[in-house]
Amino acid sequence: MRYAIALPFLWLAVFFLLPFALVLAIALGTNAPDVAPPVELGFSFKNFALLFSDDLYVAAWLSSLRIAATSTLIALLLGYPMAYAIARARPEWRPLLLMLVVLPFWTSFLIRIYAWMGLLAKNGLIDQFLRWSGIADNPGSILGTEWAVHLGIVYAYLPFMVLPLYATLEKLDTSLLEAAADLGAKPLTAFLTITLPLSLPGIVAGCLLVFIPSIGEFVIPDLLGGTDTLMIGKVLWDEFFTNADWPLASAVAICLLILLVGPIALFQRQQARSLERRT
Amino acid sequence: MNGRARFAFTVLAFGYAFLYLPIVLVIVYSFNESRLVTVWAGFSTKWWQALFANEAMLDAAWLSLRIALVSATTAAVIGLAAGYALARAPFFFGRTLFGSLVIAPMVMPEVVMGISMLLLFVGSEQLLGGPDRGFLTITLAHTTFSIAFVAIVVQARLADFDRSLEEAAMDLGATPWTTFRTITLPLITPAVGSGWLLAFTLSLDDLILTQFVAGAQSQTLPMRVYSSVRLGVDPQINVLATIIVCVAACALILSGWLTRRKV
Repeated sequence: MRYAIALPFLWLAVFFLLPFALVLAIALGTNAPDVAPPVELGFSFKNFALLFSDDLYVAAWLSSLRIAATSTLIALLLGYPMAYAIARARPEWRPLLLMLVVLPFWTSFLIRIYAWMGLLAKNGLIDQFLRWSGIADNPGSILGTEWAVHLGIVYAYLPFMVLPLYATLEKLDTSLLEAAADLGAKPLTAFLTITLPLSLPGIVAGCLLVFIPSIGEFVIPDLLGGTDTLMIGKVLWDEFFTNADWPLASAVAICLLILLVGPIALFQRQQARSLERRT
Repeated sequence: MNGRARFAFTVLAFGYAFLYLPIVLVIVYSFNESRLVTVWAGFSTKWWQALFANEAMLDAAWLSLRIALVSATTAAVIGLAAGYALARAPFFFGRTLFGSLVIAPMVMPEVVMGISMLLLFVGSEQLLGGPDRGFLTITLAHTTFSIAFVAIVVQARLADFDRSLEEAAMDLGATPWTTFRTITLPLITPAVGSGWLLAFTLSLDDLILTQFVAGAQSQTLPMRVYSSVRLGVDPQINVLATIIVCVAACALILSGWLTRRKV
């Protein structure tokens, strides 16, 4: 048992904890483009000050939060009915229906986003459909807008929403709903007072699993968004790879972490609680 | 069909159409004669031939496979240890820290992990003179984020099954190691297997972390795909997507079949 604790502990200390200490150290340093690596160590908070004073960075934080929150809500509205329908399907159908939700996750993330590039482009199938059906006269390209980014996030993370929701809805005791119906509750009332509150843990877990990764998302805004789509993951990437400003990129990373500490802690507590309930 | 069944059917039909329509179209257009994905110009397998003649793409695929194999196996061993410790050692000094540390890489934004691991490797290059960035650094990075996935699957599996078997073995005088080897390990092998498969897939698919730690010489498959996709739609990528979807579907069906037989 001692080794079972020591081995992962040491690995994660070296490859996970130590690197964060380095990020913090670099974030307090200064950009030095003439040396390799391009950093001069120091102790100044000016990188952080820049992040909170420059309009571009503030806008990037706010729009990341906004895009992640709305995408999570859309994924919930789409995922909840799906999870509910699967949980109420005949038991012999459920494994297949669930597998169909999980399958896209096992294919490449990059390629699933790529699939939308052709669909959303100008003269792409969606553009053609909108014009043919008369919904919009000249929709143009959806690719390169925030619409496309929302769509990409919902598409990529929908399985993460459906699975925890299904897990809680499947365990739900249907006799409670029958009792409610016997006592004269309408289906909607029964849903709002029984199903919804009892599936709350699934809702919280699903929303966190969509919200947390979409905040720092890079691939989706890069491939589907336009030049005016600001997201913090893309800002970090550009500072690092395009501007080679390692200290500023590190400061962005630290801020992103601080922003996510709350949601991540909430998620971990819930995970631990649901595991303890099983033991 | 009553109203409720019709509602369920509509919801699922719409949901699955949303999930699968883009994938189906990518597959269809991999057989398109034209370079454009917006126009259907007749059936052709020329992009399939082009992909299999694309040396750079094949080299990248081979590198990705090797990295995935090594990192998934390492992560399976460490994740097994972590999951076992979390499920079977309820109290020890630093357990809360240990638990958070194991799960944290799963929910960490990849850009953050990428920059932090790169700084680690740059630091060790400065101080220790190595390792060179490439196969080794990518494998170490992938192993680190995959451990969590194996650990969670193993922990959940251990939490489910009966502990009395292990206790019986111990009562009969088996050492902890013998008990683990003869009782626990065989019972959780399917969980370790599915954790390994998950780690393998994640490694094969990872772009962001890899881009940070890869260095100038090595290019994995997702890096290649990304640099080609950035320039626009490329039918060879459609072919690659078709292959990946088929392999994933086969692997999932196989693993579903294997786990059902075990139960």
